Amino acid sequence: MIRLPRLLATALLAFALILSTSACGEDDTSTSSSGATGAAGAAEDVGELTVYSGRAQELVKPLLDKFTADTGVKLNVRYGDTAELAATIREEGENSPADVFFGQDAGALGALQKAGLLGDLPPATLDKVDARYRSTAKQWVGTSARARVIAYDKREINEDEVPPSVLDLTDPKYKGKVGWAPTNASFQAFVTAMRKINGEDVAEQWLKDMKANGTKAYEKNGLVRDAIAAGEVQFGLINHYYVLEAAAKEGADYPVGVGFAKAGDPGSLVNVAGAGILKSSDKQDGAVQLVDYLLGDESQRFFAEKTFEYPLVGSLPSPEGVPPLADLAQPGLDLSDLDDLEGTLKLIEQTGVL
Amino acid sequence: MAVTSTMRRRYRGGGPSRTPAPLLLVAVVCAAAAAVPLVYLVIVIAGSPSAAGDAIWRARTVELLVRSLGLALAVATTSSVIAVVLAWLTVRTDLPGRRLWALLTVLPFVVPSYIGAYLFVSALGPGGVLVQVDWIYGFGGAWLVLTLFTYPLVLLPVRAAMRRQDPSLEEAARGMGAGPVTSFLTVTLPQLTPAIGAGALLAALYTLSDFGAVSILRFDSFTRVIYQSYRASFDRTGAAALAGLLVVVMLLLYLWEARVRSTRSSARSAPGTARPLAPVPLGRWKLPALAFCTAIVTIALVVPVITLVVWSQRAVAGAPDWSAITGAMGNSLLTAGLAASAAVLVALPVALLSARHPGRATQTVEAISSSGYVLPGIIIALALVFVGTRAAPWAYQTLLIVVFAMVVHFLPLALGAMRTALLQVPRSLEEAGRSCGRGPLSVWATITAPLAMGGTLAGGALVFLTAVKELPTVILLAPTGFQTLATEIWQQTNASVFEAGAVPALVLLLVSAPPLFFLVGRD
Repeated sequence: MIRLPRLLATALLAFALILSTSACGEDDTSTSSSGATGAAGAAEDVGELTVYSGRAQELVKPLLDKFTADTGVKLNVRYGDTAELAATIREEGENSPADVFFGQDAGALGALQKAGLLGDLPPATLDKVDARYRSTAKQWVGTSARARVIAYDKREINEDEVPPSVLDLTDPKYKGKVGWAPTNASFQAFVTAMRKINGEDVAEQWLKDMKANGTKAYEKNGLVRDAIAAGEVQFGLINHYYVLEAAAKEGADYPVGVGFAKAGDPGSLVNVAGAGILKSSDKQDGAVQLVDYLLGDESQRFFAEKTFEYPLVGSLPSPEGVPPLADLAQPGLDLSDLDDLEGTLKLIEQTGVL
Repeated sequence: MAVTSTMRRRYRGGGPSRTPAPLLLVAVVCAAAAAVPLVYLVIVIAGSPSAAGDAIWRARTVELLVRSLGLALAVATTSSVIAVVLAWLTVRTDLPGRRLWALLTVLPFVVPSYIGAYLFVSALGPGGVLVQVDWIYGFGGAWLVLTLFTYPLVLLPVRAAMRRQDPSLEEAARGMGAGPVTSFLTVTLPQLTPAIGAGALLAALYTLSDFGAVSILRFDSFTRVIYQSYRASFDRTGAAALAGLLVVVMLLLYLWEARVRSTRSSARSAPGTARPLAPVPLGRWKLPALAFCTAIVTIALVVPVITLVVWSQRAVAGAPDWSAITGAMGNSLLTAGLAASAAVLVALPVALLSARHPGRATQTVEAISSSGYVLPGIIIALALVFVGTRAAPWAYQTLLIVVFAMVVHFLPLALGAMRTALLQVPRSLEEAGRSCGRGPLSVWATITAPLAMGGTLAGGALVFLTAVKELPTVILLAPTGFQTLATEIWQQTNASVFEAGAVPALVLLLVSAPPLFFLVGRD
């Protein structure tokens, strides 16, 4: 009884070792091929592009597959968290194998731009998108937009009872009834917007008052939405599409609704998902082709219909159930200012929200 | 051969032995690999020391450190208590079905902490399906969840040590009239201290490095702030500074544990073949003992599995993509298998050094080799991104660098188990082999290695079971498009809700069961 398992164990170990050597062999071949693409500067061959995507595979893979089908350009897509992929590109520096960075929020794109790792986009690409939704330094462009909303429990709250400003949520009558996701990048972009629109002092006081008012913290926007559906809280500060996608799945009696703060309020901030091209990429033409594709009619329709976001190019309609983008204008705000997340993080830490 | 002459001198001379230089050299090389993240941290911190200083001297750093350490010590303590009781019940008593309990009580280890945490929130949180408790968020919840999913880290080495314990001592105590409890507390427990210490240290270090559970249970820990530095402010210097502090804390914990360990010796005085000890009859304690095992297994294993099954039935994302899941399963097994084999090989010289030649140099080598376990996965991954793209671009984003990262990250798991096993091989047996004219390598191959095999396999299995659920290093370092079960769970839950990851999570539990079964059923 003792002998056999030991023998088995030894055999397993040996097997693993053999596997490891053969796997290293595999590595060598895969490396040499990726090394070849990495050093393809000699001849600009757009046969293959490497994309770091902070947008989820489940959401954007069909679109990226369509790009390959339409153009014949193969994509190597590395999916991950937007900020972690941005951090990865920071560490890779000049040696990054990535050609295009496709990010979930303007902040990560802004950080890469600041680090000098993105190259300039051609004016023809930039001009497809309204100046509000692209980098003033011309290094990234928004591909779709998302609005911050005050999601609410339709079973308890009427639409006209949704407060016109997030600043109202510090009122004692909302005590313990609001959920937010303070670790979420889009929440932090929203706090940054509040600092820019209402001033540092207002933002600081608001965070303190919200915390004192028993606002519940969740790890993800989706969890805030689920908490409303579960009756844990009655309001949630999240992005519009979280509600739309759940409503599309769950049907008409889904209990969570989207409420919008009045135009100009940081509570209805419009932020973008966007793309930039790495300066170190030796496939600039192919990379531009991909970014242009993301701004093309088909992609924009995809974002509107499949991910419930606002299209940013052309005259496609907004997704059902949300006001048009033009109604959510933020007169006092330049999206590029949202990269000042450091100040926001400090504020969030100082006020004890995180 | 140098080894031979050095070792011969050692054996002839008797008394405290000199460390053989070749062994030290090999061990130092292995430790150097483990030091890659440390080098990265130094480079980043040295790049802008003032920013690093700012990050550390922020008022909340001290508070966070105290909170995180408090949690780590609490988890280590409760894990140790649970583990010792379970080990004793399943090794020493006539508990009905103890082989089965032995397996079931180790299984919670394969539940990834963030899945476990989310399950507990949905069971006990606001709107929870079982009961609603306030303490689930914060310290209480983190303590409960991390204890339930890390106590097997203590249970495995304690069980192994208990099985290998010299029965004659306890028999002697019993023969002189001591009751089972007294003889356990005065004879058995003290002998187990090294195993408990090693396991508790791992549980504490894991708690310090965990991100998944603390983030979902909203406990502000050090690691959570490190992730925040990347996610919110793209601030790598601050993150590196905090991670550096974590390493310092780990070194202090390590030294403390090493001091406890060094005062004990655990080799059997009797010959190497284990003689089974007559099991302690539980008598009227049988029912409470069964209730305890049932409670632990129900909370830490049955409830999670049932919840996952229910979720998988809900099929949030439609029918699961079985071909993707099968492929991911193969990749998980491959990476975890490679990581386990490599970690055992790298740990071997360090464990030998540690077990046979304790001293300053040994302690340094060992401490550096252990540092990877306390670091959050994201730090290990980014360190290897930084070093890999510069020093070994040919290996970057290949399986090789993933396995390297996992070895660095999980080396202490193998090291602890192997060191304990080697310490339990009686020196007298090796010396007897030498006096019969065998060379040191022959002694090692015919006496030491077979006797330490169990611990070695246990170490490899621990690395395997941890590597199979590892996420950050795979996401950032694996070949593009390389999916494991962990990345599959992440993809699903990232896009929508946790429920969507239920199917790959169940598969993860299933593939982890055979190595555990093997590990526990070995004897």
